Amino acid sequence: MSGSASSKKSCCSCSPLFSSSIGRKWIVALTGIVLVLFLIGHLLGNLSIFLGPDAMNAYAAFLKSTEELLWVVRIVLLTCVVLHIWFTITLWHENKRARPQKYAVKNELGTTVYARLMRISGLTVLAFVLYHLAQFTWQSFNPEYKTWVDAQGRHDVYRMVVTAFSCPFVSGFYLIAVGLLGMHLSHGIASLFQTLGLSNQKLRPVLERGGLILAWILFVGFASIPASVLLGLVKVTSGLPSCPVCH
Amino acid sequence: MSTMNFHLRLWKQKSASDQGKFIEIHATEIPSECSFLEMLDIVNNRLTKEGKEPVSFASDCREGICGTCHMVINGVPQGPGRGAACQVYMRKFTNGQTITVEPFRAGAFPIVKDLVVNRSAYDRIIRSGGFITEHTGGAPDASAILIPKPVADAAMDAAACIGCGACAAACPNSSAMLFVGAKVTHLGLLPQGQGERKKRARSMVRTMQEEGFGNCSNYYACEAVCPAGVKADVISMLNREYVRGELSVAVGAID
Ligand code: HEM
Ligand code: SF4
Ligand code: FES
Repeated sequence: MSGSASSKKSCCSCSPLFSSSIGRKWIVALTGIVLVLFLIGHLLGNLSIFLGPDAMNAYAAFLKSTEELLWVVRIVLLTCVVLHIWFTITLWHENKRARPQKYAVKNELGTTVYARLMRISGLTVLAFVLYHLAQFTWQSFNPEYKTWVDAQGRHDVYRMVVTAFSCPFVSGFYLIAVGLLGMHLSHGIASLFQTLGLSNQKLRPVLERGGLILAWILFVGFASIPASVLLGLVKVTSGLPSCPVCH
Repeated sequence: MSTMNFHLRLWKQKSASDQGKFIEIHATEIPSECSFLEMLDIVNNRLTKEGKEPVSFASDCREGICGTCHMVINGVPQGPGRGAACQVYMRKFTNGQTITVEPFRAGAFPIVKDLVVNRSAYDRIIRSGGFITEHTGGAPDASAILIPKPVADAAMDAAACIGCGACAAACPNSSAMLFVGAKVTHLGLLPQGQGERKKRARSMVRTMQEEGFGNCSNYYACEAVCPAGVKADVISMLNREYVRGELSVAVGAID
């Protein structure tokens, strides 16, 4: 076997930090951190729905009022998502090539189900994020959402969310997607410490426990919103929300 | 001396380009004190007597220190329990059990014949950075260089690696990170390894990629099978050492 079964074409102008095995893993981990921090912030903001329409609409109006900052955040997040996915896909592609023939007897040594499902959970989260943006940010499924304003003249985000989630299919999809997000992060959070060289025998059980706890706190937090709407714990006061999808 | 019977499925493959297949063998009257490799010796002797071709497998020291033996027993590289394949004993199996033996599966370890793969890729990784520069001549006084005990211990734990290849065989991505991490940790922790420290991780990782090993997904399958008990801490250290090395180069640091 020749020594140079070359698999890596290194881009000559940039550092191997962007092309090497470990460099790309670092980028996946660093962008993962940004995305997790965003999720924490996003969840805290969304929980304002439990404080009622006024709180949620005020929070939404506040976000909109910080237009420039909002764009900075959006661009950072978009960059992180693109880098995260691009590098995981190239790593994944090489990993598949590195094991051309499978074993006859399968043995899931050491690995967890969360680790093995990273690609499925990641891609579902991606599909979900696109749907989520189309639904609530671009409001492309229900353009009438754009016209809903509350008594103070603010965009009625509360009514939009409650209306959308009163459809069991929409809520069901959200619940599944945030469940898969919880699985992604069940491996991802502890994993990123190992990738960044911040883990060892002593810390690993702590990081794994902590990662699992944070992942499922995020799940419970995000899931609580569609679940509460479905259970009728959160509802609109004026006018019955008719399900926009299945009527 | 009690004997046992087994139903063996052994991988037969003429060469790297050949399509291999399992052969089924009823191995009877195997002394329970046999090691796994001794059991294969008995089976091979019988095959030879019957005028059939024996099943090739590699071994050397048969005491778990050289890292030559390599095979996957019932889906576990180097077989059940700690230790290399030569440290597996038939009494660990149940009488009548079906035992499937396959070669290591990694693109970077091409099959030579049957259960034997070519692990030279690991040698080429070593050649690219798994060494230190040292004066030859009279052996220096062992205590001439003081090394704190915890550092010496951690370096020794990593130095336990016997280069067997089980880590890449166990990893779903066929990644060699445990092996490379063991070398980088072992040499990088000790004063004697400082000269090449920044270069070492970079060039070993580059060779690892060129050889076609996959990337680490932090599955920890390597750690679960390593016969030398090398821990994934060495991968964490490799991840640090590598980026430190690349950053030094990127900013134009001297060493
Ligand atoms: C909210 C969105 C997401 C968050 C918060 C997130 C977070 C993370 C984190 C923290 C890691 C661990 C990094 C490491 O081990 O170094 C990770 C790994 C990974 N992510 Fe994501 N991720 C997200 C979306 C996605 C998407 C859309 C995909 C689609 C392909 C994806 C695919 C992966 C894969 C395959 C890995 C494992 C990489 C490897 O171990 O080689 N992720 N993610
Ligand atoms: S790290 Fe363990 S499994 Fe990998 S080559 Fe060394 S001894 Fe074998
Ligand atoms: S033959 Fe030497 S370790 Fe097994």
